[in-house]
Order: sequence, then structure tokens, then C-alpha cells
Amino acid sequence: MQASTTGRHAAAGAEDDRALAAVFTAYTVSATAWLLFATAVGLLLAFKFGAPDFWAAKYLTFGRLRPIHTNDTFYGWASIGLVGLAYYVAARSCGTRLYSTRLAWIGLVLFNLAAVAGTIALELGYNWGDLEYREWPWPIRLVFLAALLVTGWNLIGTVARRNAEDIYLSNWYTICGVLWTCVIAIVATLPWYQYGLGQVAISGYYMHNAVGMWFTPLALGVFYYAIPKILSRPIYSYALGVFAFWTNLLFYPLLGGHHFLFSPLPWWLQTTAIVFSVAMLVPVWGGSANYLLTMRGRYRDMTHSYPLMFIFVGVIGYLVGSTQGTVEAFRSMQAIWHLTNFTVGHSHLTMYGFVTFAVWGGIYALLPLATGKSPGRLGIAMHFWMALVGSFIYVIALSIGGTIQGLDWLHQLPFIQSVVDMNPYWVWRGAGGLLMFLSHIVFAWNVWRMTSGQAGNAASPILARSGEAAA
Amino acid sequence: MNKLLQIAGGAVLIYICIVLGIAVIPAIDLSKTPPGPDVKPLTALQAEGRDVYAANGCGYCHTQQVRPLPEDKVFGRPSAPGDFAYQTPELLGSERTGPDLTNVGSSKPSDVWQYIHLFDPRAVVPESIMPNFKFLFRVVTTVPPGETAVPVPAAFAPKEGQVVPTAQAKALVAYLLSLKQTSIPGYGMNGGMGGMTSAAPAAMPASPSTSASASGGYNYDAAKGRALFTANCSACHQATGEGVPGAFPPLKGNAAVDSADPTLHIHTVLQGAHGVTIGGVAYSSVMPPFAAQLSDAEIANIINYERSSWGNHARAVTPSDVAAVRAKGQ
Repeated sequence: MQASTTGRHAAAGAEDDRALAAVFTAYTVSATAWLLFATAVGLLLAFKFGAPDFWAAKYLTFGRLRPIHTNDTFYGWASIGLVGLAYYVAARSCGTRLYSTRLAWIGLVLFNLAAVAGTIALELGYNWGDLEYREWPWPIRLVFLAALLVTGWNLIGTVARRNAEDIYLSNWYTICGVLWTCVIAIVATLPWYQYGLGQVAISGYYMHNAVGMWFTPLALGVFYYAIPKILSRPIYSYALGVFAFWTNLLFYPLLGGHHFLFSPLPWWLQTTAIVFSVAMLVPVWGGSANYLLTMRGRYRDMTHSYPLMFIFVGVIGYLVGSTQGTVEAFRSMQAIWHLTNFTVGHSHLTMYGFVTFAVWGGIYALLPLATGKSPGRLGIAMHFWMALVGSFIYVIALSIGGTIQGLDWLHQLPFIQSVVDMNPYWVWRGAGGLLMFLSHIVFAWNVWRMTSGQAGNAASPILARSGEAAA
Repeated sequence: MNKLLQIAGGAVLIYICIVLGIAVIPAIDLSKTPPGPDVKPLTALQAEGRDVYAANGCGYCHTQQVRPLPEDKVFGRPSAPGDFAYQTPELLGSERTGPDLTNVGSSKPSDVWQYIHLFDPRAVVPESIMPNFKFLFRVVTTVPPGETAVPVPAAFAPKEGQVVPTAQAKALVAYLLSLKQTSIPGYGMNGGMGGMTSAAPAAMPASPSTSASASGGYNYDAAKGRALFTANCSACHQATGEGVPGAFPPLKGNAAVDSADPTLHIHTVLQGAHGVTIGGVAYSSVMPPFAAQLSDAEIANIINYERSSWGNHARAVTPSDVAAVRAKGQ
């Protein structure tokens, strides 16, 4: 056993490290390009709320760009960024090399092919019924499924090469996240069993599972690896992490119906969704507590480590965003917030405040370790504060505005009044969105420094052990 | 390797079971929901229009689901499972930045209004933030035979030439006008939605006229009248009461509105109108009836608002006046 372990370990030599760094780099660069594109589109969309006749031509009309923004942030930016991180975490936590570098490259090409083809299809008006983030025509979604299968196979192969008996928790989350998403992709894509109201049931399922069984487990997997790595201390409770994993699996898939409360979907389906929306507090609070307790007593260290600050915001985003989701799922709350811009604030609190900050924290913590190149402190600070303040303005504006919108409806004012009342909040949303987009430009610059800049151009953002940090 | 199989295999197996139970099997079952009474499949033109609707992302701002909640009453009766039998892809939507369109074919039955609104939404709804869909129209110097020019108000019309809809615009409007709820007897807030009754606040009157009978001491409420006018009438007749020349008649100085005898005015609001001549101008647009969705008191408020605004000075009506005309029927 010892001999084979050493033998395997030796397999991860300098050559393999370079290959891993190249894969991680390529995924990060690709994801960053999608982030810039998708959020530039988002910014344009925000502007159109105040200037509806601006660029209203066929290929620039709001309704064609809106799904491009959501799909490319989901399947371009967040998916590719998280898969790059998952590869790095899998290889490093297992003390081995990637099962296949070649498969990783094929996966990257497939992810990009799907996102490019999906963007073009939506531009041309090939939209599968405005069904939230499953608008891509089915052949394109099969390309995405192929990318997932390649990724899943590669991650499993990598973890199978590990030199320890146990599989580190991060890999549970990332491997299962990829496999669950294969199931989601198949269920969402096959058209022959979902018609009319049946398709509504799948839409409800899909809208939450594509988020909660894909981005959530991958981002949590990054947390479980990056937080102990930055702080050089083990996760607070491994058992709690395992518990959160299984409860997440049992509860999350059941809550999708809450997107269609008060719809003609069967009442039991809606009630089940509400019950499990509440049950989700267990894995969410358990997981969040685990991360925060791992950081306990070390919060001052955040001033030395922007990666830790990004991850801290990501954990808070997870905790607050998910808890907000539970509150939103109650019928009494839905009667006000459902269908308003409040839900847009919620989706940005979770996909941005949680997932995107988690990806950034992971990249800032781990990419310098892979490439030996670091971003400047000023660059990373500018990115952090602009993204944080921008998203704060964004979410607060839409939360207040969305509540007013819902109350206008509740008071049965003429519908147009809710549009008029939203105007100032849409302006604030645009201001927040502008700051967020500017921060992404700085992030792109930081990625360039971490990948193509000079080696060792700044101190590593990874914290030294506390004794040294104090010195 | 064993451990990997246990964790990944187990987690995927559990997930597949849950997905079958919560999504796939209910979806198979719900796909067989029979169509409701009078719910018909879309015609080829309407189906083509639905493709235009989806391609241009109308569903990102407009829902097609009426909830059994008081705030949704304005959009029609609560949606029933049978309404969606022919709705694939489903366009229920998740955001209502613009109004719900479940019943827009009934509430805005005029194709002229739909065309003007698509060409430039602000021509009929000044506060609208909907993008214009001018790319669905052509501007021509002479209107080809068999085509009809869209009477876009001068301030919003191109400087030269006439606006005619493309085939896509025609299909889209055919689809929008097909969005009409069919009536289901006894199906309202308190009817046939299973367990929904207990959850929904019971604020909607069972029938529109009940609140009228309770309004013995009626006083004209100008603020309510204005709000009801804005919600139901101003899209065509405009906040100025001047209508849209050549498309929708004015109420300002309108003989029926400013007349001492309110019967025709009340009758028009209750039963709608089609192909009327007002002030020597013939209007081809369709006006929808409001008898089914507004109470006598609400209609009285609207009528009194119209009879006392924009320089009109006609005598006020009461809910019992409305009830009397309503009783006479069409």
C-alpha cells in the first residue's frame, strides 16, 4: 500500500503540475471571457429599462438578449469557472494528476461550443419557449450534456487515482454535482413526455435543480477545499459537511414547485415544495455554520487575505440568499413577491453574492498556487469592493422596488402604476450593475496577471499561518 | 474505488428516484390533462405567432397565469389546468414586468390597438417601458393591395410613408387575440380549485354585481374612477380622453358621454361596441364588454369620471342606473 501510494504520488510530477495549471488557467480565462460578455449584455438590458427604444432592432431587442444574459452567466461563466476549479481541487486533494488532460480540453471545447451555439441560436430567435435557462434548442443542450459527461468521467477517474482511502468532501460535492446535472439535462431535454401543464411541472423542477444541484454543490465543494487551504486548518466538522451533503440531496430536488405557487399545478406539488423549502434551512445553516466555525477566531486575518474575504462574502451570500429563498416560498410572501423584481434581486443575491463570489474566492486562492503568479493587491481590492458595493446596491434596490411593485398589485392599483413606481429602483439597479461590470474588467486584468503576468509579481494572497501573519 | 461507487452511485440513484417522483411522473400525468370546455388548439397562424412571441422573449416580461388572488382578478378568472392543454411550450412565465396576457384577446380585442402598441408602445401607453417592435413592420409609400395601414398617431408615425405589418406581426397579433379565457361555470375564487380556497384570501366578490347591491349609499369616488379608467379604458381612449385619431374615438366632447341620457354610455361600457361612427368618423376597432368583470359601482365610477372630465359636464349616474341597463341585457 505504502509503495503504491508513493508510486502514484510520484505520478503527479512537474509535468503533470504544468498540465493541471494549464487546464485550470484555460477554464478560468474562458469563464472570465463569458463573464465579461454576459454581464456587458446584462448592463445593456438594465439600461433598456430606462431607454426602451435604445437599440430596439431585431437582434438587440430585450427579449433576445435577456436569455443570452442568463444562459451565458450560468453555462458560460459559472459552469466553466467551477469545472476548472473542480479539476484543480480533485487533483490536489487526491494528491494525484488529472485522469486525462485531453478529456479536460475536450470538455472545455464542448462547454464553449454549447455556449457559443446557444448564444447564436437565441440571437436568431431559436428559443425553446422562453423557459428560464433551458431556452437553448435541444441539440445544443446535448452538447452541454456531452461536456458534463466528459467532466464527470474525468473527475471520477482522477479521484479513483487518489492515494488515500477516504475521498475528500469537496470531491463528493463536485462529482455528484456533475452527475446530478447529467440527470437534470436529460430530464429537461427529452420533449416526449412534457406537454402543457406537464411541461410546467418540469420547468419548476428545472428552474431550481439546475441551480441547486449544479452551482450549489460545486461552489460548496470549492469552499470545503479553499477555506482550510487558506487558513491552514481543517474544516470545523467533517461529519457536519457529510450531513449537509445528504440532506441537501434529499431536500433540494423537491422544492422546485415553489416557482409556480398559485398556478394550476396540483396543490400537493406546491405544498411539497414549500415544506422542503423550509427543510433546506437544515443543510444551508449546517453548511454555513461549518464554514463560519472553520473561520472562527480568524476573521481579522481577512484583512490580509482578499481570497478569504471573497469566500466569506460567498458563504454569507449562501446563508442569506438561501434563507431568503425559504421565506419567499411561503404562500403569504409569494402573494406579494412572486413575479415581481424581488425575485430578480434574489437570483442575483444567490448567483452573484454566493456562486460568483465563491468562484472568485476559489480562483484567487488557488490559481496563484497553480501558476506561481499573483494579482496585485490593489487590483484584487478594487475588484472586491466594486463587486460587493455594486451587488449590494443591485439587490437592495430590486428588493425594495419589487416589494413596492407587489404592494401596488395587492392594492389593485392600475398595473402601469407598478411600472412607474419601479423606475427609480431600475436606475439604482443599473448603477449597481455598472459597478459590478467594472469590477469584472478589473477581475479580467487580475486573471491576466495570474496567468500571463510575471511570476511572483506580488506576495501570495494565501495567508501564512497565524503566527507568521502576526509578525 | 468501492467508496467512490458508494457515494457517487448512491447519490445519483437517490437523486433519480426523487426526480422520478417529483418531476417526471407528475409531468407524464399532467401532460394528459384534458382541455377545458371550449379550449381549442391553435390555428397554424396563431401557432406561428406563438413562435414569434417566444423568439422575441415576450415571456420574460409577460406572464400567462392568473392566480386565485385578488390582485390577479384584473387579468381574468384563475387559470385552470384545462387551459393549458394546447400550450406547449408553456408560457406561464416567471416575471410580470408587464401585465399578464392570459386574457389579452378579450381585454384588448382590437387588432388596431395591438398593431399600434407593437409599433410603438408609448403611442398608446405613455408610461410603458416595453421596447418598440418596429422591426415587425414595414414603412411603405403606397399601401399594397390587400394590406391595411396601421393608424399610428402622427407624433409616433414615420415622417414619410405608411406603416404596414409584416407577416410575423400579423401572426403575433393573431396569437395575442387568441388568448381568451373560456368561461367555466361556477369557477371563481371559491370554486373548483381543490385546496386552494383556504389559502387564497377571500376578497374577490363571487359575482361582479353583488358589491353593487351592497352599495346603497353610493357616492362618486373620483380617485377610484380615475384609477379604474386608467386600468381599463385609457389604453385606447387615452388619459387625455381624446382617443387616437382614426383608431379609437374620443370621450372628450363625445355626444354619448356628454349626454343627459346616460343609457347609451352605460350600455357601451357594459356590452362593448364595434364599428361605430362618432362625430362623423367611423371606427373599425372593437371595444370589449366590461359587464362580466366590473361591478355596477365600478362602472358607475368610470362613467362618472368620464362624464365629468376633459370639459364634459353630464349628470352623474348611480349603480342602480347601471343595474337597470345591465338588466335589459344586450
